[in-house]
Amino acid sequence: MITTTTPDASALLLALAGSAAAGLVGSVAVLRRMALASDAMSHVALPGVGLAILLHLNPVLGALAALCVGTLLIWAVEHKTRLPTEAIIGVVFSAALAIGSMLTSGDELLEALFGAPHTPGRTELLLGFAAAAVVTVFILRAQSRLVITLVSEDLAITAGIDVPRLNLLFLLAFSLTVALGLRYLGVLLMGSLIIIPAATAKHLARSLRSMRAIAVVTAMASTLIGTLAAPRLGLETGPLIITIAAGIFFVSLLKRTDR
Amino acid sequence: MSSPPLQQPLHPVALAVEHLSVSFGRTRVIADLSFAVPAGKTMAIIGPNGSGKTVLFKALIGAVRAEGTIRWAPGTAIGYVPQKLDIERDLPLTGFDFLNAKADIAAAPRDAIPQTLARVDLPEAVARQPIGTLSGGQFQRLLLAFALMGRPSVLLFDEPTAGVDEPGEEGIYALFRRLQKAEGLTLLLISHELSLVYRYADTVLCLSRRHTCMGPPLEILTPERLQDVYGQPMKYHDHNDNA
Repeated sequence: MITTTTPDASALLLALAGSAAAGLVGSVAVLRRMALASDAMSHVALPGVGLAILLHLNPVLGALAALCVGTLLIWAVEHKTRLPTEAIIGVVFSAALAIGSMLTSGDELLEALFGAPHTPGRTELLLGFAAAAVVTVFILRAQSRLVITLVSEDLAITAGIDVPRLNLLFLLAFSLTVALGLRYLGVLLMGSLIIIPAATAKHLARSLRSMRAIAVVTAMASTLIGTLAAPRLGLETGPLIITIAAGIFFVSLLKRTDR
Repeated sequence: MSSPPLQQPLHPVALAVEHLSVSFGRTRVIADLSFAVPAGKTMAIIGPNGSGKTVLFKALIGAVRAEGTIRWAPGTAIGYVPQKLDIERDLPLTGFDFLNAKADIAAAPRDAIPQTLARVDLPEAVARQPIGTLSGGQFQRLLLAFALMGRPSVLLFDEPTAGVDEPGEEGIYALFRRLQKAEGLTLLLISHELSLVYRYADTVLCLSRRHTCMGPPLEILTPERLQDVYGQPMKYHDHNDNA
């Protein structure tokens, strides 16, 4: 389904808030070398969307519930077995995709994967802005602990950081961000909006602050330009946003870094 | 592997370890190890590769599960400088970013960073560069600055001069000595540089698969003992150049 009208201003504002959160979460995920794992993890929302549609519930709530369960499962298995996060996410993601495909079908599946612009209700708006604020505040407040942990978990332990708890909170912030973008971009594309702007920022930045700023600005700019241009070009909004983000990434590669 | 009897030090004890064992699956890396480190002293840990030196440090900081007792003196703050960190060259994280993060969680004032950099002889211009671009010696000093930002009472160094040239090694050990004198720190260091161990350590703990020994450098760093610990002759130069 191709939308030909510019979406509601409140929906755009919520999408921009979600994009800012995606830039922040992504800048940590990319530094933790979780790029592929993060993208796969976003698919864990799919069975929740399927179940919510079957039970006539809000798909975002279903997605959020599935993401939380998936996150806890991934964290617990990682904690108990010391398997690499990527391996565990790979297994949970594949299982979630299989179950989700069985529960969801046709247009619903496409919408869950790629999203569709819509006018959010008052509750969805409030919850959305609250979730974006929670993710933003968490990343900014936990930034120091996240930085030390990504350099060395042993250094983090001696600095008094509860590493398993921090890892769990980060994975939950990641899940919340995916849920934020579900209606707008879909689970598949929201994972991309978390990773691509952060990958661009990593290539361009020389310090943490500049990486964070570039990731947030790139994610928000992609969303804004994509949302405004899609109706004029007669294209789907979500895929256009990600195409723009990917375009910025490839252009950024033209800039030589001295490192 | 048997352990030496727990010594009764004259100084207050910074760390007492009793019957420490660490296993990974069925492999026992450390078995029934006991020792104590007096406050304000330097203990060097030597031994061949695979003898469990780094694992011992990880057990002491609580990063690996261990059996037995590890008792730090009340109020101990640990600074840890690991052996080697796998840092991407293009990681957009400067030395200042890294130290700011530590200052933030240690609730240290902002001016603590330039002061700490001066204490470890690392120029501020170097600390403004991404950490992946620093040389081995510069990165060691940055890690030392990171450890000192938490106002530690004990410092743990895992091969502090690995990847550092010889004059750099001397400089880092001289820095340890200076910091220890100025701040009364207790130092535990893992090292293969036996001549530097001879010069700077108060006590030497040898770990090997066969047995463990502990004592002052003069007693431990003898050709016979070292051959026993390493399984081959070991050469080093003491401060009188007679070894």
